[in-house]
Amino acid sequence: MISLFLLVLGLALVTYLPRLVPLLWLKELALPAYMKRFLSFIPYAVLASLIFPGVLSSTTTTSSALFGGVVATFLALLRVNLVVVVIGAVFGVYAFQTI
Amino acid sequence: MATSIHPTSPTSPQPTFRAGLRAGIPVAIGYIPIAIAFGLLAQSFNLPNAITLSMSFLIFAGASQFITVQLLMAGSMYWEIILTTFILNSRHFLMSAALSQRIESTSRRLLATIAFGVTDETFSIASTRQEARSGMFVLGLNTIAFLAWNVGTWMGVFLAFGLPSTLQASMGIALYAMFIGLLVPSLTTRPVFVVASLAIIIQAILHWVITPFFSISDGIRIIVATVVAAGIGAFVFKEEEVT
Repeated sequence: MISLFLLVLGLALVTYLPRLVPLLWLKELALPAYMKRFLSFIPYAVLASLIFPGVLSSTTTTSSALFGGVVATFLALLRVNLVVVVIGAVFGVYAFQTI
Repeated sequence: MATSIHPTSPTSPQPTFRAGLRAGIPVAIGYIPIAIAFGLLAQSFNLPNAITLSMSFLIFAGASQFITVQLLMAGSMYWEIILTTFILNSRHFLMSAALSQRIESTSRRLLATIAFGVTDETFSIASTRQEARSGMFVLGLNTIAFLAWNVGTWMGVFLAFGLPSTLQASMGIALYAMFIGLLVPSLTTRPVFVVASLAIIIQAILHWVITPFFSISDGIRIIVATVVAAGIGAFVFKEEEVT
């Protein structure tokens, strides 16, 4: 329990540092246009990299995970609220595994 | 943006903070099911409640927390978990770097507080809203997201008993469904579509072609794919407006 808590503290530190350092020390820097474009692409590139192929191993079977991903994509294309996308995908996977 | 009827000036801290809270409502609502899923996942592995709750309070990073629980249960060494988390979180370095260019507030204490709440989701709101030039706005946004994440974790931990195990196992998709829900509606401009597709192609190559020969961790793959895809995008799309 104590060692687990120390692990959590270590994780908190390595999570906070990458968030903190640029905000405190990169602010004064005037970045070139290329760097600014690069940074503006980061949210989309990181989301895509997080989704694939991680999504395939997110549930107990690849087929149910794939199905959940397809449900989420379909709902997202319909521009429904993010909550509906999340809940729809969870129940999609649940239905797929139950049926 | 609705016109303000507050007697205070629009740049004064409190209304701006409240505007941030309001802008964060979709993220907060989205976080609750994912945080519940995290609580349930931790419960299904019998992680002590105090550990699960303190993870959400002190770490506040969805992907890292999910992966930590999964690695713990796979019997990974602590240093491996810390290294994986650090690598996975270096993407926040890129986001904070982008925010540092955007936020006009200069109070170091405010910036240090904002830094704690930089997540994929709060960042994607902050990087698309004009008001995010104000540090207080971003603070409001991050605050409501943090509260929702913790409330959801508590709900997951203490609701876990009643739910069937197949439903608990289905929760693993929640995080990815949220990422999909954030990314897909943004794929309307060509540069964004190309960069996201590149990231996926690079991930596929790293995962199925390179990893069988040289083992690359998930975190490193995410960073390589992100940096290469965004780098190519910045090089190719010189003139076009990106976002």
